[in-house]
Amino acid sequence: MTAVTIESRKPFSLPGWAATAAVLGVAYVGVPLLASNYVLEALLIPFLALSLAALGLNVLTGYAGMVSLGSAAFMAVGAYTAYNVALRLPGTPLPLVLAVAGFAAAAIGLLFGLPSLRLRGFYLAVSTLAAQFFVQWALTKFDWFSNGNSSGVIDTPPLSVFGIGFDGTIGRYLFALTVVTVITFLVHRLVISQTGRNFIAIRDNETAARVIGVPVLRTKLLAFGISSFIIGVAGVLWAFAYLRTVEPAGFNLDRSFQILFIIIIGGLASIRGAFFGAALIVVFPLVLSRLGSFLLGGLFDSGVLDMSQRIVLGALIIIFLIAEPDGLVALWDRFRRRVFPGT
Amino acid sequence: MDGGFDWSFFVEVLTGGLLSGVMYSLVAIGFVLIYKTSGVLNFAQGSMVLFAALTFVSLLEKGMPFAVALALTLIAMILLGLAIERAVLRPLVNKAPITLFMATLGLAYVIEGSAQLIWGTQVHGLDLGIEDVPLEFSGVLVSTFDLFAAGVAAVMVIALTLFFRYTRVGLAFRAVADDQFAALAVGLRLPHIWATVWAAAGIVALVAGLLWGARLGVQFSLSLIVLKALPVLVLGGFDSIAGAIVGGLIIGATEKLGEVYIGDYFGGGIESWLAYAVALVFLLIKPSGLFGQKLVERV
Repeated sequence: MTAVTIESRKPFSLPGWAATAAVLGVAYVGVPLLASNYVLEALLIPFLALSLAALGLNVLTGYAGMVSLGSAAFMAVGAYTAYNVALRLPGTPLPLVLAVAGFAAAAIGLLFGLPSLRLRGFYLAVSTLAAQFFVQWALTKFDWFSNGNSSGVIDTPPLSVFGIGFDGTIGRYLFALTVVTVITFLVHRLVISQTGRNFIAIRDNETAARVIGVPVLRTKLLAFGISSFIIGVAGVLWAFAYLRTVEPAGFNLDRSFQILFIIIIGGLASIRGAFFGAALIVVFPLVLSRLGSFLLGGLFDSGVLDMSQRIVLGALIIIFLIAEPDGLVALWDRFRRRVFPGT
Repeated sequence: MDGGFDWSFFVEVLTGGLLSGVMYSLVAIGFVLIYKTSGVLNFAQGSMVLFAALTFVSLLEKGMPFAVALALTLIAMILLGLAIERAVLRPLVNKAPITLFMATLGLAYVIEGSAQLIWGTQVHGLDLGIEDVPLEFSGVLVSTFDLFAAGVAAVMVIALTLFFRYTRVGLAFRAVADDQFAALAVGLRLPHIWATVWAAAGIVALVAGLLWGARLGVQFSLSLIVLKALPVLVLGGFDSIAGAIVGGLIIGATEKLGEVYIGDYFGGGIESWLAYAVALVFLLIKPSGLFGQKLVERV
């Protein structure tokens, strides 16, 4: 893994704390008041779900240094578990459904994380593809998972916590926002804890970590477990709050790559990186399509859009890896220091 | 089953599996070339296969003769190799291998997107003029096309082996694969060698693209054969051509035998992950693959 500097700011120094509060204030009060339904539905809710998935992958890849190409599989496990719990045990409170979905994803994550005990680098990345294909196959093959629904596309049950419905657009947004906020706070605590330092130690030098007494095997599995838990919950948000349907095709290999791309572009081993990257990934297709039809007019049909999206995305990955391996976060920090020196 | 095991059927399935394994090996060899000399696991190999096949077919459909289209595609693949070295590899020299791997993921997107932006997304048929009539060897049916593909693979492996062993460039490749710093110290120019290797991998991609294209039709899904080649590589070791062949044979045979003999217990369709399962189990026993170099871990 490339060397990534650990953020050296104190966790709750005033500017950081104030900035977080300001962001949360805008997200909870400003956005619901100002944003249109379209912005919430098409941009903010998928942004939140993808950010959470990227945050989960960042624990594994950014902090613990293990590349996974199977994130979408863990999202799928989360989404299908939540669906089945809600279907078969009606009346289960939603927070419990989320937790069960997360633990199910974590269990599958641990299973497919076992090879990490012996494999590194590419070999491990390739082995996580096994998770991707196996889970997708199992979900399409056994119709118990989709409750015998032949089309494979199933509607999710209504969202409600303790009798309060979250089914409107704003409700689903606030629900996703709350889940993301809570988990982000926990991840923030995690990465500055001893466990988080163990992750980084293993990433930077496994042998040295072993020498100073880091329990390498346990820590690696823990990283897989925590990461898949978060990605599983992100899968629930993706299915329940954004699409409101569950289908295996939405959790394919392209989704796994998308999540990996988010953390490469946003910034590896950075909590804010997941959010920066997800914002770019969600917004850039829209910008590209506007720009394309403005410049090329009728020539810019959906096929061309699709292909140019792939090209631009791929090029962005290469450019970021070459020019700014620390991602958008590093760009943003440099910009901030120049504009507001002393913060 | 009433006591008798249908051996000729078993042999037929096994042969079919081994031959389709050769097709996987064809793709895997392209990876091995690049991995050996530059230490990069090139995820974009599949998209290079797509690019080659799509370019060739589109030129053919524009009315060019077979040989001209082949020559032009060859040139395109070589140029692509040179461009990749200049634009992606050279700026990323000395970065961690996994960073380079992620860069090739981006590269795969760029090449797939460009190929389809230039030539369109429709499915093309490709006829290489090989009739696919099944041949019969003492009761066992074998596809002619598969035999032809196996022959091509054999020729390619022999050519590469001779090239690596007896030419100056081949010697330079081996020197770089062995020790980059020592190779630099004796005056080999790494950028040249990488550009040559990527061009060579482009040619391998062209051969694989023609054979796979004739089999499946030339379309986007060609680039997904990279996913079939990865377990082969894991099994054979990323840096061994012999490993790519043997790995391909094992994966091909297991897939077909598995699908026929145990697929029913799982409700079919297990091809999508069986190869990975086999490769994983194998890796847990021997982490560097069948023929891979045992890496010394440095602190």
